Amino acid sequence: MLLSTGSNPEGHGKNVALGLRDEPLLVADGIAKSFNGVPALRDGRLVLKRGTVHALCGGNGAGKSTFLNIVMGLLHRDEGSIRIDGLAVDFRSAADALRHGVTIITQELSPVPEMTVAENIYLGREPKIGGLVVDFPNMRQAAKRLLDDLEFDVPVGARMRDLSLAQIQLVEIAKALSHRADIVIMDEPTSAIGEHEVHILFNALKRIKARGSAIIYVSHKLTEIFEIADEYTVFRDGRFIESGAISSIDRNHLVTQIVGHEVKTVEKGKPNEGAPILLEVRSLSRGSHFKNISVTVAAGEVLGIYGLLGSGRTEFLETIYGIHAPTAGDVFLDGTRVDPGNPKKCIQRGMAMVPEDRKDTGLVLCASIAHNIALSSLALRAVSGFVRRKAEAAATDRMMRLHRIKAASPNVPVETLSGGNQQKVVFARCLLTNPRLLICDEPTRGIDEGSKQEIYTFLREFAAKGNGVLVVSSEAPEILQISDRIAVFRQGRLDHVVDGHETTQQMLTDLAS
Amino acid sequence: MVANAISNVATGARSKSIAAVGPYLKSFSIVIVFVVISAFFAVANEYFMTWLNWVNLLRQSSINGVLAIGVTFVILTKGIDLSVGSVMALAGMIAASLVTSTNQHFVLWAILAGLGTGAALGLLNGVIVTTFNVPPFVATLGMLSMARGLTLIFSDGRPVPNLSESFRWIGGGSVAGVPVPVLILFLVFAIGWVVLSYTTFGRYVYAVGGNDKAAKTSGISTRTVIASTYVISGLLAGLAGLVLTSRTTAALPQAGIGYELDAIAAVVIGGTSLAGGRGSLVGTLFGALIIGTINNGMDLMGVSSYYQQLLKGAIIVVAVMLDQFRK
Repeated sequence: MLLSTGSNPEGHGKNVALGLRDEPLLVADGIAKSFNGVPALRDGRLVLKRGTVHALCGGNGAGKSTFLNIVMGLLHRDEGSIRIDGLAVDFRSAADALRHGVTIITQELSPVPEMTVAENIYLGREPKIGGLVVDFPNMRQAAKRLLDDLEFDVPVGARMRDLSLAQIQLVEIAKALSHRADIVIMDEPTSAIGEHEVHILFNALKRIKARGSAIIYVSHKLTEIFEIADEYTVFRDGRFIESGAISSIDRNHLVTQIVGHEVKTVEKGKPNEGAPILLEVRSLSRGSHFKNISVTVAAGEVLGIYGLLGSGRTEFLETIYGIHAPTAGDVFLDGTRVDPGNPKKCIQRGMAMVPEDRKDTGLVLCASIAHNIALSSLALRAVSGFVRRKAEAAATDRMMRLHRIKAASPNVPVETLSGGNQQKVVFARCLLTNPRLLICDEPTRGIDEGSKQEIYTFLREFAAKGNGVLVVSSEAPEILQISDRIAVFRQGRLDHVVDGHETTQQMLTDLAS
Repeated sequence: MVANAISNVATGARSKSIAAVGPYLKSFSIVIVFVVISAFFAVANEYFMTWLNWVNLLRQSSINGVLAIGVTFVILTKGIDLSVGSVMALAGMIAASLVTSTNQHFVLWAILAGLGTGAALGLLNGVIVTTFNVPPFVATLGMLSMARGLTLIFSDGRPVPNLSESFRWIGGGSVAGVPVPVLILFLVFAIGWVVLSYTTFGRYVYAVGGNDKAAKTSGISTRTVIASTYVISGLLAGLAGLVLTSRTTAALPQAGIGYELDAIAAVVIGGTSLAGGRGSLVGTLFGALIIGTINNGMDLMGVSSYYQQLLKGAIIVVAVMLDQFRK
């Protein structure tokens, strides 16, 4: 690896020499950090063994990010010690950490869209001829070797802007791994990729592991943790709670440790047999995205849509909600046709949508909680053109209490909230328009276990009042937990509709792939 | 990758700590800058602090202030309007042509013609931007040239002098000692402030600029909102054109060249983000006053106009640098 060893001269060699020793690779103990006197982390501990994937679990505010930033040298700890291979280290910057074989992959993507895959991977450390001219053939070859090695199916000559979100994420992962680090930190690496890519990624992780490196893996998707992790550590409220082998615990135990108390699973009653049809979709098509889809949602029912990323499920929801116009077919609400291609009319008719990506399409991040919550209902209530401030304040207050949105005041910008609280703001905005049909696209993406359960409970209660819910998720356990019926999407087509009370996870994943 | 991780983490931590006080600090700091600059000139020149000079200063700032208020609406939606200088020239020219000694109409028709011209060109900008998806920079750059061309064609390159007395009152008159242009500025500011702070339209402007996709998902007609901001900007450019033409007592085909840059500078100094969604008219008003104060103060000190240009540019950049540094 001509290129990668350049940036990390001794890392790989040392790695092989020590590969079989049992001594832990990284030991962090008693790490503490306060911001302006407010402790974010009180007692962070982690013992990372060679050749393992170590899941770091915890809710929002558990101190995971602070801990990882300290390990990466982005923040400076107040107390505690970090030893790598038995030697005390104190990184001053991420570059410093990288020199010692520690790298991080975050969920924030940062591609240069007009550059090729190879140029992105070796950005800032291009191989050069005579120290001046970029050696493109060599760079392409190195990039191809790297991607082939990881079995990532991405063309090295393609421009980043032509890639799918999943492919971009794979390139970012490859870029981080090209440093050949001993310790790889992955923060929600699968939030943007589908099951197929997750599978490829996990195979790559297994190879990295076999090399003797170790991975600290952070994800809110517990299914993944049980699939890939060897060990786990739980943080809660800034403190180390427990750690151990993942094979010795079950899902419920882990959730209990993360949340701090037993979590009741959602009560799922069956909807009434003769309930009226609320939403009817007739032969809906939109170009190459999805074709000829017909489904119904009865009052009181939760219809889950299960399918892989890229199966057309998001486009389908957005077309029902009027963000896109269909190329064929109709949508009926309460038996009356809905005007296509107009979200405002859909809201007026009683629809609301929680979009897939709250930062991209769900929230005005720089605006306050109050302004975000009121955004949709303003469209309905504006008679004089003025905002009814008292009514708005009362509604915001009610929604914040109802959804337990934790914030200093309704006037703080939503960008300062945790993911779970942000998502609750999106829900609050939707509900303030008094919808009868709630359309949710991946409603629990990237939020912690406690908040997830609150959202499941909420969706079931909402449906139990005689409303309808249409929910897309790529997590099989989630869709099974909340749905009465499940529509399985595959490549833009509706393959099966199965009963959500009787189907098992295995049956569902078999149907979707 | 790593560098990005650093900046992500850094911005995250930063935005949390200043989030609560940010907006207050922001509108406050622009006032401090204004006070400091005024204090400097007050010490440097004894005439600066007189009532007469302040009336004069406000009148000098009024045209830029009115333009900047319109441009603030556009910039809040993540757009830009480069055409205001040319639009004001055309609006002033058309209005003036209706109140000359040879072609004298009732002054109200001239005012409506001027405002109508501005609003119509603004609407054209808005339609080009929203319906044909032309980037605002390009659309309004084109309008900058087209409106100037129309002004020259309409006037045949000659000034239109001898305007009626009632028309000249707009720029030269005063009510209870306060010049009419200053009253216009404060009236426009008050209306603009109410619209942005208290109406649903104002909310939509901020929402569209902050995240147009989220605004659309929330049921807001983003195209209508964006197009409306160009109409507002054009309308206020028309109003500024009336004031300028009236003050110079003749419509000049070269009037208002470069005024769009001072207007944008006032908005930016006032803390409105070119990335959209953040900013306020209070900031813009003080931004215009700061530019006016610098011009006025340096005139009093006898600084040559060559050096004024240099210093003004430097102060604009430093003001925004300080703002970034504080953030």
